[in-house]
Amino acid sequence: MKFDLVIVGVGGQGVLLASEILSEVALSKGYDVKKSEIHGMAQRGGSVFSFVRIGEKVYSPIIPLGSADLMLAFEELEALRYVQYLKPSARVILNRQRIMPITVLSGEAKYPNDVFERLIEHFEVYSIEGLALAKELKDARLTNVILLGYLASRFLPWEKNIWLKVLLERVPERFREQNLRAFEVGWNYGEG
Amino acid sequence: MKRLLSGNEAFAIGAWEAGIKFASSYPGTPATEILENIAKFKEVKVEWAPNEKVALEAVIGASFSGVRAIASMKHVGLNVASDPFMTLSYTGVNGGIAIVVSDDPGLYSSQNEQDTRNYVRSAKIPALEPSDSQEAYEYIKLAFKISEEYDTPTLVRSTTRISHTKTVVEVKGIREEIQKELSRDPAKWVMLPAFAYERHIFVLERFKKLQALSEEIDLNRIEIRDRKLGFITSGVCYQYVKEAFPEASVLKLGMIYPLPKKKILEFSNMVDEIFVVEELDPFLETEIKAMGIEVKGKGFIPEFGELNVDVLKKALDKNYKPKYISFTDIPKRPPTLCPGCPHRGVFVALKRAKVFVFGDIGCYTLGALKPLSSMDSCICMGAGVSMVHGATSSGMKKVVAVIGDSTFLHTGINSLLDIAYNRSSSTVIILDNGTTAMTGRQPHPGTGEKADGTPTTKVLPEEIAKAFGIERIKIVDPYEIKKLVEVIKEEVEAEEPSVIITRAPCTLISRESKRPLKINEEKCILCKSCLNVGCMAIFYDGKKVSIDEVLCKGCTICAQVCPKEAIETP
Repeated sequence: MKFDLVIVGVGGQGVLLASEILSEVALSKGYDVKKSEIHGMAQRGGSVFSFVRIGEKVYSPIIPLGSADLMLAFEELEALRYVQYLKPSARVILNRQRIMPITVLSGEAKYPNDVFERLIEHFEVYSIEGLALAKELKDARLTNVILLGYLASRFLPWEKNIWLKVLLERVPERFREQNLRAFEVGWNYGEG
Repeated sequence: MKRLLSGNEAFAIGAWEAGIKFASSYPGTPATEILENIAKFKEVKVEWAPNEKVALEAVIGASFSGVRAIASMKHVGLNVASDPFMTLSYTGVNGGIAIVVSDDPGLYSSQNEQDTRNYVRSAKIPALEPSDSQEAYEYIKLAFKISEEYDTPTLVRSTTRISHTKTVVEVKGIREEIQKELSRDPAKWVMLPAFAYERHIFVLERFKKLQALSEEIDLNRIEIRDRKLGFITSGVCYQYVKEAFPEASVLKLGMIYPLPKKKILEFSNMVDEIFVVEELDPFLETEIKAMGIEVKGKGFIPEFGELNVDVLKKALDKNYKPKYISFTDIPKRPPTLCPGCPHRGVFVALKRAKVFVFGDIGCYTLGALKPLSSMDSCICMGAGVSMVHGATSSGMKKVVAVIGDSTFLHTGINSLLDIAYNRSSSTVIILDNGTTAMTGRQPHPGTGEKADGTPTTKVLPEEIAKAFGIERIKIVDPYEIKKLVEVIKEEVEAEEPSVIITRAPCTLISRESKRPLKINEEKCILCKSCLNVGCMAIFYDGKKVSIDEVLCKGCTICAQVCPKEAIETP
C-alpha cells in the first residue's frame, strides 16, 4: 500500500493535530510514515499544509506533484492552493468553511466563489459542513476532530477503535468526552 | 520501541541517551524544538541563553567541567556564535560537545538562505548530516563520541525538512552516564598566540585523522545499482534521490566533513556519470572537484530554495512534465499579526508619524507587509538599533528602530550601548510583549521565568537604558495610537538618545479578553480605513464591513482609525 495525503488549512484550525493522529494510526498499523509540515512564520494566520505519506517504505517527505491520493481541506481556498499535489481523479474532502486571507480583507484580491465547482471538475469531492457540525456540539474548535472522524470513516481502511485509542492518547483528560463525540459525528456523517 | 519523531525530537532524545548534562540555545525556527524537547528530561540542565554566542560559550564551560553538552541553533544563530565556534575548534573539548545547526533552504522562516557547511570548512571540524529522524537520533549520539575521541566539537547539520518532518525511529531509551575528569591545561584552553599556534597545528593533525575516520565510517556508504548513473548526496536530498531515481547508484554521505576522498574516488570508478545533489551551495561539489574527480552538480541543480523529487527529475530531464492540475489566481495568504496583537498599534502609529523604520527579527517583521507597510529595513537581530545610530549619526532625520524585547536582549542591547556611548539622537522603540513570540512564546531574561518554567530575576529594558545613561525613556500603551504618534514625533525631534517602550503582553499569552467590537452600519461610510490595520477579524464582503466576533479581541485599534466612530464596543 502507498497512500499520500495532503492536509491543508489555515493556522489555528487544527491541521497539525489531525495529521498527527492520522500518522500515529498509520504507524500503529505497522506502516512506514513520514509527516512533513512547515512551522514558524507560516503559522500567524498563514496557509498551513501537512504532507502525510504512508507505505511499506517512504523516502521523500515531500509529495511529488500530481501524486497524492487524497486531500483533506479544512478551508476552501487552501484546497485550491494545493491541488497540484493531487493525482488526477484524487479524492478531496472539502470542509465548507471560508476564512478570508488578509489580501482579500484589504480588497487587494477576491475570494473565488466557485471552489467546489472547480474541484469537482477534476476530482472526486466530498463536502462536509465541519464548522456547522462543531457548532452543534457548541465548540467550533472541534471541527478538526469531526473532519478526522469523517476521514477515518470511509477513506482509510483502519478500524474505528485504533483511531479512538490514538485520539484519546493525544487529548487532555478533560477534553476527551467532547472529542469522542466530535469524532463520532464525523464518523457517522460518513456512514450516512 | 518505534516512535514517530520529528528530527528535532530525535536530536533531543539521542542527546539525552548520550548522557548530556547541559543544553543551551536561543529560540530560532527551525531549531527551537530541540531544546524544548531536551527540557522534558530532568537529568539535563536546560537553558535559554540571551543569544547563541552565550549559549555556545556556556556549553564550552560545561564541557570544560567534564560533562557532555549540546548547543542548538538556527543557521543565522551560528553567525552570532561564530566567534567562540572558530576558536573552540582549537581548544577542543573535555566533555563531548555537539552543536546542532538547522539551515532553512526555501526561507520558510529566515532572513537568508546561508549554508552552514561553509562554517565547518573554516573551523576544520567534523560534521554529520542525517537524512531522517532515525539518523538524527543516531548521529547525535555519534557526534559526542567523535567529539571526545578526536578532541573536537562536532557539528550536526539539519535543515527545516529534517527538523520538522516526523519519521519512524526505533528508540532505545537507555542513557549513558559520562563524567570526565577536571584538569588544568592552559596550553589547551588558554588561546594566547603561543598556545594557539600549537593548537592550530593540532587542528591540522586532527583533520587528517578525521579524514581517515570519514573513509571508514559506515555513515558514508555506497549503494551500487545501475552503473550508468550515480549520485553523491547527503541529508534529506538522499531521500529525494532514492525516490526520483530508484535504479541509480548512490554514495550517501552521513559524515559530510571532512569528506572520504578514497571512497568518492572508488564510487566514481564504479559509475559512468555522477551528479552531486545538495541543497544551497555547491559545498560537496566544490570539495569533490578539488579532488580532481569529475562530477556534475549546480549547473543542473538549483543553488537556491528547497529541492524535491520533481526538481531533481526536471534537472536531469528537461522534458520531465508531471501531470497535475493547478490554479493560478489563488489569493495569497501571508502570515499576519494576530488579532489583538500589541504590535499593530505601533505600526499604525509609525505610519502616521511618517518616519523611517529600521526593523528587526520577530513577529513584528510582519509590519513590513501590506497593508501596514511600515518597515524600511530588516537585516539581523539587533541591526535595526545599530542602523538607527549609524543613520542619525550621518545626518538622517525622522528615523526610529523597532525591536522586540527578546531580540533587544539578544543583541539589541549592545547596539543601544553604542547609541548611549556615542550619543546619537537615535530613537529606539522596544516592543515589549513579554515573550519570544514568533518561535512559540519562549521565556527570556526579561520574563522572570527560566526554560524549565521556574521563576528567576527579571530584567527591564528601561532599567538597562537608564543604566546606560539614556535619560529620555518613555513607556507607552501600544493600544493608544494618538499618544503613540505624539511620543514618536516628540522623540525623533529630540537631540539626544531616546527609548520608547511599548508594553503589553503578546495576545497569545494574555489571559485578558475584551469584548469583540461591532460595526455600527448607520455610521459606517465604507471608507475602509479599518481594513488598513491589517486585522484578520475585520472583513469586507463587497457590501459592508463586519467584525468576526470569534477572532476580535476588542483591542480597539480599528476603532481608533475609524473617522466616523462607527466601530463600537457593544
